[in-house]
Amino acid sequence: MELGNQLLQYLLSGLSTGAIYALIGIGFSIIYNATGIINFAQGEFVMLGGMLTLFLMETLKLPLWAAIPLAVLLATLVGLLFERLAIRPLRKASPISLVIITIGGSILIRGLSMLIWDKDTHALPPFSSEEPIMIAGATVLPQHFWILGITVVLIGLNKWFFSHTISGKAMRACSYNPRAAGLVGIDVRRMVLLSFVISAAMGSLAGIIVAPLTMTSYDVGVMLGLKGFCAAIIGGMSSGIPTVIGGLILGVLESLGAGLISSGYKDAIAFVILLLILFIRPQGLFGKPESERV
Amino acid sequence: MLRLKNINTYYGKVHALKNVSLHLAEGEIVTLIGANGAGKTTILNTISGVTPANGGDLLFQKEEIKALAPDRIVKLGISQVPEGRQVFKPMTVDENLELGAYLRYRARDPKAEILKDKEEIFQLFPRLEERRKQAAGTMSGGEQQMLAIGRALMARPKLLLLDEPSMGLAPLVVQEIFRVLQRLRDERGVTILLVEQNAKAALKLADRGYVLETGKVILEGAADELLENAEVKRAYLGKDKKEIWER
Repeated sequence: MELGNQLLQYLLSGLSTGAIYALIGIGFSIIYNATGIINFAQGEFVMLGGMLTLFLMETLKLPLWAAIPLAVLLATLVGLLFERLAIRPLRKASPISLVIITIGGSILIRGLSMLIWDKDTHALPPFSSEEPIMIAGATVLPQHFWILGITVVLIGLNKWFFSHTISGKAMRACSYNPRAAGLVGIDVRRMVLLSFVISAAMGSLAGIIVAPLTMTSYDVGVMLGLKGFCAAIIGGMSSGIPTVIGGLILGVLESLGAGLISSGYKDAIAFVILLLILFIRPQGLFGKPESERV
Repeated sequence: MLRLKNINTYYGKVHALKNVSLHLAEGEIVTLIGANGAGKTTILNTISGVTPANGGDLLFQKEEIKALAPDRIVKLGISQVPEGRQVFKPMTVDENLELGAYLRYRARDPKAEILKDKEEIFQLFPRLEERRKQAAGTMSGGEQQMLAIGRALMARPKLLLLDEPSMGLAPLVVQEIFRVLQRLRDERGVTILLVEQNAKAALKLADRGYVLETGKVILEGAADELLENAEVKRAYLGKDKKEIWER
């Protein structure tokens, strides 16, 4: 294969993994903006998406199209319960304690999943045919298009929610000024709950659409979660376009690094970027220092 | 309309309000004056449910509201314009005003009515209309204060609590804002509780006033009487100081 074709190949597959990172990253940002905490259980919602879909298909024999929404619903329910049981009772706790609680929650969810299901890696069937499509010498699986398409729709919905609905605006208001938000009658706790619900829904859907490509198991959430976190950091914890770009940059660099250098460095690349951003531009690639988050 | 009876409020271990009693009749403008730390802001936050009272009675239209959450208080018709404006800085003027009507959106009030109220606020503060698509944080202090008042009005309050609306503003802007407060009372019958450092301007606008010191009401009376009161003059108006001291 020529270098040009190869690069296109890496670019395309990088974009679709990047899209997944973006969705997970937006989940991190939404919760961070509403509560000031980094929810390290975010990756587990991603894992639950894939594993629950698989479970519903195999155990309840549901078709894929029915299993997906049900799995998202169940994972969202887990997110809701997580906020109710682990975050809300401790609202007076410092953000750092809450962050540690989310790490605990993540270990718990992962452990239970391992007990309920198993330690094996499973594949989810692709959403449509497995026949690769040739584009200018690069082979692309239809699943890549599903990923990109669904991501675009989700990001559009997300954007619409935050800039055109009163609940979305109220959530933003809570992140800018919780005190004033309370005084206009916004129930800040309700917004925190909503942030967990949205993040869990987006995360689980990301986990479902990527599972046909990368397989799924009880512990995929760890790595995907960290990559999503990395995307959010590049995007300056924005719940909008900067984090999407962060995810895409990360996905493409990873894919280029893995292809051109060695696939052994794939994960290292993400973490080198994470550290560089934290050292050099902690406000994110596009943020001005001390600027407002959207 | 509003009555506080022997209200006690604590900030942690600090006894911030000590047996505070005060009342407002419908359509009145009442001002709270006093030095920093006298408990003026705490009174407003106790009424708003942000720092709930530990003891005493808090009645609004004869209903006990002491234990209610801030959103319930807003729903009943009490809105606060907090100290330092506290607008949602990255959001536009329009969005800030919409959020003022948050509970009305949730209660499925007709959108047309909410929009009509927004237009009325633009009539009250024409400068906000010119800037409706501008981020609130980029406006001047006076404009942000107008926005904060507009945002509170979007909830259609019967009682408006204002915490130092004149803070850091040019005298002309303060005049403009106080004129609007007067209009709100005269034209719409909004009852107003005004906390001010600028005691003179506040007493000129108000019908009655309360003077607070270290969490206690030490003086109350008609505004024009307080303006003439020697103690008030000395401590809060900075007038005739020499006269009093040398007496």
